[in-house]
This record gives sequence, C-alpha cells and structure tokens, in this order.
Amino acid sequence: MQMSGADIVLESLKKLGIDTVFGYPGGVVLPLYDRFPYHPEVRHILVRHEQAGGHAADGYARASGKLGCALATSGPGATNLVTAIATASMDSVPTLFITGNVARSLLGKDGFQEADITGITTPIVKHNYLVMRAEDLAYTFAEAAYIATTGRPGPVHIDIPKDVFTDLAEFEWPEHVAIRGYSPSPRIEPAQISTATAIIDAAERPVIIAGHGVILSRAHEELKAFAEKTGIPVLNTLLGLGSIPRDHALSYGMLGMHGSYEANHAASTADVVIGIGNRMDDRALGRFADFNPTAKIVHIDIDAAEHGKNITTHAPVLGDAKHALSALIPAVRQNTHTEWLRWIDDTRAEHSHSMAIPSGPALSVQYICQRISEVNSDDVVIVTDVGQHQMWAVQHVKFTFPHQLITSGGLGTMGFAAPAAMGAQVAQPKSPVWAIAGDGGFQMNMQELATMVDEHLPVKIAIMNNGYLGMVRQWQELFYKDNYVSVEISQPDFVKIADAYGILAYRVTDPSEVDEAIRRANAHPGPVLIDFRVEPEGNVWPMVPAGASLSETVEAPRVSQEVTR
Amino acid sequence: MKHTVVALVEDRPGVLNRVASLFRRRGFNIESLAVGNTEETGVSRMTIVLDGAEGIVEQVEKQLYKLIDVIRVADLTSAEAVVRELALVKIACPTEQRAELLDLIGIFRAHVVDVGPTHLVAELSAEADRMDAFLENIRPYGVLEMVRTGRIGMIRGAATTAVHETEPEDVERFHMESGRLPEGELPFVSD
Repeated sequence: MQMSGADIVLESLKKLGIDTVFGYPGGVVLPLYDRFPYHPEVRHILVRHEQAGGHAADGYARASGKLGCALATSGPGATNLVTAIATASMDSVPTLFITGNVARSLLGKDGFQEADITGITTPIVKHNYLVMRAEDLAYTFAEAAYIATTGRPGPVHIDIPKDVFTDLAEFEWPEHVAIRGYSPSPRIEPAQISTATAIIDAAERPVIIAGHGVILSRAHEELKAFAEKTGIPVLNTLLGLGSIPRDHALSYGMLGMHGSYEANHAASTADVVIGIGNRMDDRALGRFADFNPTAKIVHIDIDAAEHGKNITTHAPVLGDAKHALSALIPAVRQNTHTEWLRWIDDTRAEHSHSMAIPSGPALSVQYICQRISEVNSDDVVIVTDVGQHQMWAVQHVKFTFPHQLITSGGLGTMGFAAPAAMGAQVAQPKSPVWAIAGDGGFQMNMQELATMVDEHLPVKIAIMNNGYLGMVRQWQELFYKDNYVSVEISQPDFVKIADAYGILAYRVTDPSEVDEAIRRANAHPGPVLIDFRVEPEGNVWPMVPAGASLSETVEAPRVSQEVTR
Repeated sequence: MKHTVVALVEDRPGVLNRVASLFRRRGFNIESLAVGNTEETGVSRMTIVLDGAEGIVEQVEKQLYKLIDVIRVADLTSAEAVVRELALVKIACPTEQRAELLDLIGIFRAHVVDVGPTHLVAELSAEADRMDAFLENIRPYGVLEMVRTGRIGMIRGAATTAVHETEPEDVERFHMESGRLPEGELPFVSD
C-alpha cells in the first residue's frame, strides 16, 4: 500500500515498538507532525528544548531497557540535539534520533535552517543516515534500530529531507536486516575463556570491575554467580552501580576519582583485575601508566577496540558480558579469598571516616542523599546531574538493581538530570523517580518543569543548592589556591519558579526536616521541587587528583594541604 | 614503522568522511590514502599507509571495524604483498640533458609521457624503495611539479582480501519477525 514518507516513519516506529517520542516541531518536520494524530499508538511528548528531548529519550532508554527516541527539526533544532547524542554515545545508550532537513533540492544551498547535521553527528553516533528516498525509509528504520540496540549499543541518527516525508512509497517492512560490515554478537572464543580461566584460578588477590556493559547485557545474575563461585570482590564503575546489589557481601562499591578508599586500594593492590563491560576509563583507573602495573588484566568487552585501548590487556575476552560470564562460570574453580577480603574489610574499617556523612548542624548533601536512599521504597530510580552532588549521591545511595542509577558518566553533561528523570518517569510510571541536581545544573534545563506539568510526570526534584558550581569550586580551592573564579552562581527563588509552573515546592534548611520533606514529596501525586539549602563549601572525599594514580587516593580535608601543590 | 592497511568499504556517500573523521579524532597519522573501485559493484577499497607502533595499528583496525560501512580490514605489512604507487613528475630538461635523463628514467623502468623543449614528464609505478631512489636521482635536474597517488597493494598468491569470501554465511541476520521485540526483553540484548 502506498503511503507518505511521514506515515512510513510512524508505521516503522510502531513496528519497532517505539511508543514514545520526545520531540519539538519546526518547519521541515511539519509533514511528519501532520500525521501524528493518525497514529495514536505513538505518544509525542512536547519538550521545551531539543537538548532536553534528547536527554529524555536517553533517560527513557536507560530506565526501560528499550530504544529511546527523540525528534527535532532541521538546523538549530538538530544542532540542539548534539549534546544529548554525545551523552548517549559516551554511555552506550540505545537511542534513535530523528531530524528533518530542508527539501532535497535545497540541500547544500545554505537555505533557511539548513545544517549539515549528519556531518556534525558522524563522530558521536554509532551510525547515521541521510535518507534521500521515501522507499528507503522503512528499511533504514529497521537497520537503525538493529544497530542501536545490538552489540555495544549507542545512538543512531536518521536525517530526513522535508520532501521525503511527503513523497509516496510502498510500506514494506523488512523480514530481516543483515549488514555485511556489522557482526554485533561475536561467538565466545573457547581459547580466550581458557586463558582467562587460568589467570583467574591462579589469582590470590583478584578484583572484578563491573561496568555498564553488565547492565546493558542484563548480565547481573551471571555477575553475581561468577563472583560468588570465585569469591572475588566486585567493584563498580560509576555506570556499573546497580549491577550487583550494594548490600551483597562481595559488593565493594565504586572505584575511581571519588571512589572509596578501600575500592581504590583493592584495585591497586590486586594481582588480577577482571574488567567486565567497562572501558578502562581515566576517571575509574586514574593515571593509566601507574594503574597497578603488576596486575594481570582480564577484560571482557563486546567492543574489541576497548581491549588494550588504554591499558595492556593480558586476557581479552571478546563478547557480550552475559555470554562471556555464562562461559566462564562453569570453567573457573570454586574459590574463596578470605584473607584478601579481610584485608579489604580492614582497610574499609580503618578508612571509613573518608566517606562519612559530616556531623554537625549544617545540612549536607551526603545526608540528604542517604535519606533519599533510606526513606524511599526499594524501586526508587535516582537520576543525577553532574558535579559534587552526583558523586555524593553515588557514594551514599544503596543501589540494588540495574539502571536504578541514571547519570551522565562519560560526557558528564550538566543539565541532564531534569529531562532524563522525565524520560525515566515515562518509562517507569509506577516507580518514584528522584532527580538530584545542583543549583547550577538544574538551571541549565529547568524549562522542562513545563513538560512535567503538561505530561503529568510526578518527578521529584531535589536541588542541592549551595550557591556554587561546587565541583569547579572544589578544584579551584584545591588546585588553584582558593582562587574562586566564576563559581559563585546566583539563582532565582526556585520555590517561586516551581510555583509559577504550578508545581508544589518547598525549602529545606535543617537536617531534621529532610525525612519529612521526602515523604511529603512522595505523597504528592504530581511533580515536586525541593530547594535544599546545603552547606556552601563542602568537598567530595576521597579523591584521586586528576592525573594521579588510584593508589594516591587522598582521603579527607585533613590531608587536603598535600593535594594543594 | 610504516603499515599498509586495506579497508574494503561500502561504496556510499559519506564513507570517506567517516574514515577520515575517525583518523582525525583518534589522532592516527595518515601518510597516504588511496580510494577506488573493486571487482565487486558497491564495494570500494581504501589503501591507507600510516606510521605508528604495532599497538596503534591494531587500534586503527579495530576502530575501522566499528564503522558500519567498513566490511573488511587487512594489514598488508607483514603479508607477502605487491605494493605499488604511481607518480607523475615534471622535470626541467633542456634538450642537451635529455639523453642523460632518458637513461636515468630507463634505469628505473619509468616512462616518458610528455616532452617539450624545456621539460619532460615521467611516469613511474613502483614500490616504495624504487620510488624513493628515482625521486632522489632526478631531483638535481629540477622537479617542476610532482603528483603521487598514494600506495595500493594486494597479497600475492591465490588468496584474496576481497569481500565475497566472507559472504554470506558469516553475516548475522537479525530477524524482524513481527517487528516487535518480545515483551519484557531488552531489545539490545544480542542473542
């Protein structure tokens, strides 16, 4: 049956099971918007900025495990998506970005609202397309979804000229997709498994570093089984949090720049490091040259290019984390590492002060994050922005299930929390979704309060308001001799702002009010904004100074003088 | 060390940009890049010469494979391979020097493709060593203009790096079936 390109796009979305699109209309996508009312199965959520639409699609994808989708018009609409695309790319989130472009005859003529958006997105997408014929649309969407959701997932971008939406073509949904240059699920090599097994079996002080790949491949059960059989402690990267319940006996929390003292020292002291679905990033491992130079490195990853990219890999295992672990579990021998675990436990006990919640009358972010974790039900989804509060949140929230934490890890995108929480709430309408943001990051995308109201999304927004760009201030204090430049940031009265949008809001200034404030927010059926006035100059500890090795973890203010060089 | 890497790619708009963008972004240094058709319609062949340590070249290959439009990558450096480059050189050549220069051109098995009272144009197809030696020897006569194609190469013997050998059993097929993925299943779990 012949139909317009616009109808083919919407039919394709339905075939792919995409029921929500976060979008913003404009000139060249008018033919597509014109057809939305005829496809009620596809919910269009009108955001207030394309960047927010992109982050919402990202948050939706992370919270649901499904393909997230955002839509924008040509030119500025499309370029506004760029930050969101790069965010999804760095964190391997399966997302589909659709943009319109000027009519085919005007491409390359610098017409109104033309941008070479496929040229712009090429380095930050897994793949992209400029679709020049309506008859190619259906196959392109099928292929795009296949690429975005398989192998190492990532963003795929489809750019469609205006007159391709209006051209007529047959809608032919492909039965299968096959791309000769793309084999996303490599078969696990038995030789790689046996090499890895030999190293793991011989290890005396092994650690696992579990990353986002464990969650993306839904390998959390296998991770637990593997850790339990081998008795190996599990550390997490930022995005790997939730891959093992934080209260599991073998879970030792996050390593890295603001990881725990014991996690960083366990990673630096280990004789075998088993990376699973992580990309050996500098924020997790510290200075590459000094990351535990004597340890044997086993690295399970589906992206061959991650093996040996940053550090030498002794035993690469190419494949999906779930498949690789399923092959490893029967191969490795049952083991315990009692001495080694005791050493880490002792280290933790000796250094527990470095991550303690500050005592004293001031309201601390650490305390609020701990209360958000404790007071909420177990199914709470935590979405953070980027900065100090992000690190405190991941230190003090006890994550128990995959994708309970939604945060911009690789790109570190400020302004992510509010829109991503919105997307997460659409994906998980029954779960409480808490957005934790700083007063700086929240101001980057606070226009989305309107979307939350329109779409009845009961997101709970906790602003950690310290009047500073806290993480930048911390670095200026520690590494730039207290020379505070452009970090003191003014803000509007957030309670009045929320009130203007018709959102319930209140201010919290004292620790004694925190629990009640959280309960009150959860009891309210709509979105809620809480302006937490927190101590202005708290610092995140422990810390591995940029460019230092993990073993140089600095613990607390008392040694901060050593950091200041 | 110099490496000669062959990439077989889909002949589509934007592929060269993807490859160039990858090299730029990752800081890989290209010495030469030659692109052309192959025996198979729809497949282009890029021959990339780059300078770098073994680890760098391994990263180049792996990163190239991540591009959806790249079908196959092979490193010809260690393989027994025929590698050639074509150069056209316009040399200053007054008639009294012509005989001498023609001798030199003959020694290097180059050809004269154009000649005039003050110049001649030589064409040489050669492997790297002979090309370098030729250019060094003609330099004293005065090189007015030169163009080189960049290296291309092919392994010796009956084996090939052509793509038709990997087709079609090795290509994964993703069955769209009804189009919808099973309820509750993550679509990005590859099974």
